[in-house]
Amino acid sequence: MNADSVTFIFLNAAIVNNFVLAMFLGICPFLGVSAKRDTALSMGLAVIFVMLVSSICAYGINWLLKLFEIEYLRLICYIAVIASAVQLVEMTMKKFSPALFRALGIFLPLITTNCAILGVALFQTSREYNFLQSLAFSLGAGVGFTIALMLMAGLRQHLELAKVPNVSQGAALTLMLAGLLSLAFMGFAGLGAQHG
Amino acid sequence: MPGRPEQHEPVTLDTFLRGLWEENPVFVMLLGMCPVLAVTNSAINALAMGLASTFVLVASNSLVSLLRHYIPKQVRIATYIIIIATFVTMVDYAIQAISLDLYNALGAFIQLIVVNCMILGRAEAYASKQPLGATVVNGLGIGAGFTLALLSLGVVREVLGSGSLFGVSLFGENFQPWVVMILPPGGFFVLGTWLLIFAAFRLRKQRRTELGEVAQHER
Repeated sequence: MNADSVTFIFLNAAIVNNFVLAMFLGICPFLGVSAKRDTALSMGLAVIFVMLVSSICAYGINWLLKLFEIEYLRLICYIAVIASAVQLVEMTMKKFSPALFRALGIFLPLITTNCAILGVALFQTSREYNFLQSLAFSLGAGVGFTIALMLMAGLRQHLELAKVPNVSQGAALTLMLAGLLSLAFMGFAGLGAQHG
Repeated sequence: MPGRPEQHEPVTLDTFLRGLWEENPVFVMLLGMCPVLAVTNSAINALAMGLASTFVLVASNSLVSLLRHYIPKQVRIATYIIIIATFVTMVDYAIQAISLDLYNALGAFIQLIVVNCMILGRAEAYASKQPLGATVVNGLGIGAGFTLALLSLGVVREVLGSGSLFGVSLFGENFQPWVVMILPPGGFFVLGTWLLIFAAFRLRKQRRTELGEVAQHER
């Protein structure tokens, strides 16, 4: 498979170099919102949407910045765009699904500081993807994030019924589980070229 | 915030030490985890990342603290982010100029300091309410705590994963490195282990105070 093909980029971002488990992006929501499967799914969907919007915007902004040769403003522009996209999602969600809005709580505005989203924008710039490739990349990253979040939520829901030692309750156990998941995802590494 | 007097804390040694232990951003508050896991595969990367984050934290929080009376409440988060992004851009170019190797090793994670929730969290919870002096001291404390946490991961992972420390080989030729430690899962495992150790300490302390028999349990 050609390394530049859209399918390859999608699979690479979603599974082989999974954003959460292999690249350590978006760990905060991964640990924070993965207690229940349905909140995890809606968080994942919100992230996919914000990622797509910000990826498209980032592509446009990068083109503009290059035109005027002011690339040093890239970071500031990207983060401003992401913050506005998150605000948009928040308003939409508040209007159409108040229950979901309450369930996500503080983590919705925190998507702004989700490094996975800024990461997508920065990586697609540094790897010089064209528009279609950027789309595939951001979609793949979002799907990968959702997969990781869902897997973790499933595991944690089962763990609620298990007896674990007092010491390991909470974050420590979650991190150990994440380590095992990450180990499992390393099995996919042979599928594609590592880059980045 | 006009009309409401600010409650200033006195600046003591505790303002600094709190960030190091009681409110350690990584081990206690679980903030800013992404760089903690991603760049700690060697001690030198961990140190550089810690110092860069500390600089951004102190500089941006000082500015936030100085401007705290002029930033409108509605747009404060956006303002903080822009201030942070400015300093991160500076650090990004500075590291690129100082050491290209380090820049390549840290990759996009220098720019991702922008979205480190620890820094934004401090700006919102502390710098926007406190005067400059307290903010700087507290920022230095939190930054030192963050660097300490990064180092404690980086050292363990480098020693086990490549058998060296700060690039100096420790065990000689025959050492078989635990490669998994410098790979992504190792980061999760080492941080999980540290958290386990701290949780064990906390539980023991809790039990002791509950029993009220501190003297008996001393070894």
